[in-house]
Amino acid sequence: MSMLSLIVFLPLAVAAVLAAAPAIGPTAGRWIWVSVCAAELVLVGIVWAGYEDPGPNGLAFEEQVPWIPGVNSSYHVGVDGLSLPLLAMTAVVFLACSVYALRDTDRTRVQAALFLFLQGVSLGVFVAADLILFFVFFDLSIVGMYFVIAGWGHGNAARSALKFFLYTFLGSLALLLGFIGLYVAAEPHTFDIPELVAAAPLEGSALTGGLVLAAILVGLAVKTPTVPFHTWLPPAHTDAPAIGSAVLAGVLLKMGTYGFVRIAMPMLPDAWRAWAWVIVVIGIISVLYGAFVALAQTDLKRMIAYTSVNHMGYIVLALGAVGLIAENAAQARSVAVTGAMVQMVSHGLITAALFLLAGVMQDRSGTYDMGSYGGLAAPAPRYAALFAVGAFASLGLPGFSGFIAEFQVFAGSIALAPVTAVALLGILVTAALFLRALQRVFTGPAEGRSPGFADLRPRELWSVGPLLGLSLLIGVLPRFLLEVIEPAASALATLVRS
Amino acid sequence: MTAVQAALLTLVLLPAAVGVLLALVRGTERVATPVAVVTAGLTTAMAFVVALARPSLVLPFMVGADFSLAVDALAALVVPAVAAVTFLVLVFAAGNIRESRSRFHGLMLIFSAAALATATAASIPALLFAWELMGATSYALIGFWWRNTDRVAAGLTAFVTTRTADLGLYVAAGAALAGGAGMALADLPAATDPWRHVITAGILVAALGKAAQLPFSFWLSGAMKGPSPVSALLHSAAMVAMGGYLLLRVEPLLASTGWAGPLAAWIGVVTAVLMGVVALAQRELKQLLAASTVAQMGFVVLAAGVGAVSGGAAHLVAHASTKALLFLAAGAWLTALGTGELAGLRGVGRRWRVVGVAATLGALALAGIAPLSLWATKDAVLAAALGASPWLYAAGLVAAALSAAYAGKALWTIWRRGQREEAEEGGTGEVGALERTPLVVLAAGAAVLGVLALPPISGTLAGALGGHGEVALTELLVSAGIALVVLLAMFRWRAPEPGWARQWLRLEHTAHAVVVRPALALARALARFDDRVLDRAALAAARAVAVAARAVARFDDRVLDAGVEASAATADATGRGAARLDDARVDGAVEGLAGRVRRLGEIARAPQTGAVHQYLLQAVAVLAVGVLAWFVYAVMG
Repeated sequence: MSMLSLIVFLPLAVAAVLAAAPAIGPTAGRWIWVSVCAAELVLVGIVWAGYEDPGPNGLAFEEQVPWIPGVNSSYHVGVDGLSLPLLAMTAVVFLACSVYALRDTDRTRVQAALFLFLQGVSLGVFVAADLILFFVFFDLSIVGMYFVIAGWGHGNAARSALKFFLYTFLGSLALLLGFIGLYVAAEPHTFDIPELVAAAPLEGSALTGGLVLAAILVGLAVKTPTVPFHTWLPPAHTDAPAIGSAVLAGVLLKMGTYGFVRIAMPMLPDAWRAWAWVIVVIGIISVLYGAFVALAQTDLKRMIAYTSVNHMGYIVLALGAVGLIAENAAQARSVAVTGAMVQMVSHGLITAALFLLAGVMQDRSGTYDMGSYGGLAAPAPRYAALFAVGAFASLGLPGFSGFIAEFQVFAGSIALAPVTAVALLGILVTAALFLRALQRVFTGPAEGRSPGFADLRPRELWSVGPLLGLSLLIGVLPRFLLEVIEPAASALATLVRS
Repeated sequence: MTAVQAALLTLVLLPAAVGVLLALVRGTERVATPVAVVTAGLTTAMAFVVALARPSLVLPFMVGADFSLAVDALAALVVPAVAAVTFLVLVFAAGNIRESRSRFHGLMLIFSAAALATATAASIPALLFAWELMGATSYALIGFWWRNTDRVAAGLTAFVTTRTADLGLYVAAGAALAGGAGMALADLPAATDPWRHVITAGILVAALGKAAQLPFSFWLSGAMKGPSPVSALLHSAAMVAMGGYLLLRVEPLLASTGWAGPLAAWIGVVTAVLMGVVALAQRELKQLLAASTVAQMGFVVLAAGVGAVSGGAAHLVAHASTKALLFLAAGAWLTALGTGELAGLRGVGRRWRVVGVAATLGALALAGIAPLSLWATKDAVLAAALGASPWLYAAGLVAAALSAAYAGKALWTIWRRGQREEAEEGGTGEVGALERTPLVVLAAGAAVLGVLALPPISGTLAGALGGHGEVALTELLVSAGIALVVLLAMFRWRAPEPGWARQWLRLEHTAHAVVVRPALALARALARFDDRVLDRAALAAARAVAVAARAVARFDDRVLDAGVEASAATADATGRGAARLDDARVDGAVEGLAGRVRRLGEIARAPQTGAVHQYLLQAVAVLAVGVLAWFVYAVMG
């Protein structure tokens, strides 16, 4: 069994054991969970250490086993510069969540099983090199998250979970429709991703290509989410448990944007170019709309949820801009794709940290309402410091990964289409909303629910701290990440418009 | 990496690393002050080393966008000034800041690292990196006393306002990428049109925001709510000064466009005049100094606009020393007396002589009294302005006269005898040695740094930086005369304090009315739209599906099921009829049928011979028919 299969199936196997063995006590369950997550991170680290760029449309650590030969679908996995960073980010986020949950007492064994299952399928999405395999993992992640929200959420959890499930599941059906379109158009019919990329099956057929792209875009737009398909996100986050929100925002949303770079852009470059302006406009709207709606929120978790719409908008904007016509812009295209990829990693780390921090509020006093707090920095200085760091990281301050991402997203996009500069307003509004939130919750005299608010506990510190630490590392020394991403980004940019 | 490159890296990384440690690690409260002062001292030494060695350093960062730091002639002049002022301010703070020392000193060191990186940045990514970090740490420093929401809000205003302008640098980065000349600041004039103009506009906006030029000036007023050492550093050598500095650095770019130079010059000189009036109208010493900072920075912006780089740089450095001195003096009095109101500072110069004399020297320099520093440096700028346009020069002279007026207002207040207005909160009543010493050093700087703008040094500087080495004697005498006359006049007459000027031209009010409130209203409207329209649309779609499902269910119940029921009833009736029929007729027929089936059975039993070969034959026959059928289907279909 290759490394990647081990990475995907280890958590799935342990999840099955945990689910089937009630004899395993809660403490054992928690520590098994953390150990598996740690082992996963080590395994991904080994892959990272042994990774060499496989070249355009190549895969490293590749493995292919026949699966459904009737439709030319195989168990085909591999990584490249687009997927490896997300694989690593996923392993980090899940490890942080398992540490954060070390003190949870609510059906721990089942929770551990569920999260390990979710981890396995999430990693599966990022290593899949076959559309059917991708789709299976993609849908299983939705199922897993449904149970996380419905089973461990609070507030109106059942309803939010159902909304999340129906919305994203419907989206995935659109995606499936697009996949079938690709399968039918390819000659010979196949679901294999590298083969489809090499064949670019709908090159030249504008109508069919457009329709297939539309189906795929709608499917991915729901998952990302972009405006106007985002309304499942705020309630899902508000009612999800902290670690559920962290995984949902940190990992699951990336499956949407990852689908753009893995499937939509390389397989349908023609259609992508034709629809580039539409995608750019959707990106700009998501950036501005997400930022402004977040600015008006009074509920901290809803606010962070809307900033996700804003942050994912940068990715859509940059990827759309890559398809636009511009002269001598090979470098700008490559920079834009690189920025989008870094943003996926960066948003995963930072938003996961922010949602875990928001969870502390729910844990201590049962509300995310910012008006219910004030001067929280007095009773909880470490919490305030970490939240401030997270907020500045999220608003794209240099020194954190968000800056590396957003600088490249904007430099690339503006070079390709100056009008995209209007989206810069997004980073301004984000700055304002995070500073307002900091001011409202943490400064001034301690009032409302602040007095007696217990400061961060070690498990909270040790789950959130490393996430922000990694963001800082990427922000200060980005080369180790960019060296992995850049060749793949450049290849993708060339593929879309050379 | 060579030793001098390492020195350059240390210059930035040492204060940054120590600052992060102090700010984040608990238990550093006791050692924070000495550690910070020593770090700032080492950094200053390093600043002089790099100023002499002029290293440059290119670190790979992003594709096509290196992280470059370099010390050229301009940086060699400004970097030691930034480092030295930081050091002196931290010495002052050692005596002045008494709580949360580790957080304070940590943030101050991070801030100074960002300022030093800004001063040495040689590419857009390095510049933007340091630039925004400087803004963010200024937020944390202005809002240092976070229990007071007002101060935090002032920090927010400062950060958001300067970040608004910073967006210009993001645009410039994109334009530089498209312009094909790379992201090195020195290469920007070679970018292709129209990108070169976009780059210039972006950098100009960013610099004007940081330098608090019109219309961004208001953020500096609120920024005075921070601790005095913060004001002394942010508004003398760093942050605000870096705005002016950036324009000096990209002066060739401004000049290459044809429009950016004159625009910058006029914005600078108009800011100098209007903010001079604002400064004159203030009743609080720190507010007066803040408005004066903006006005003085106007001269630097003017210098960049008219190509007087050496004069502008000299003014920047001399002003740094002068203004740091005055802010620290104001801070010392604020701590000692508990007030910053001019009315409460009456005669304060007599009570603490060292502070009083140093501040007097600073105020005289600020007024432009010969032979103190700002007299000569300002004239170096004005001489170049005269070369560009007499109107610029005239406006510059008005601004110079206003400098003398507001400096005089402050000066006479601190020496005037009479009853002092008592502060509401009591002060400590003392000014310690740690607070006094830096004032003396800075006063020396305020006195003598004018040599930078006077021959023979001015000629050397102009050769290295660009600009005019010569200043006509008449101009020097004219401005010295104006300054002296106005200063003396201020002793006799009270300055007018119109409300619009006292409230900083109501700029913040306008920004709230024009930008902030509409933005918040838009945000709320969009949030309502999101909840009431988008979300409900999705829900309505879901509900429509449910309604459709119910309709189908009703159809199922009422039509299909009823149909089945009806057919069942029909079947029932039919059955009963059939039963009757059955008894009468069918029974006999069935009996007959059974007899016929029995005979068929006997025929069918015939092939069941028990002989295997016969069974095989039958199987082959069936298969043959099957294959034939498939073949026909395949050929036809």
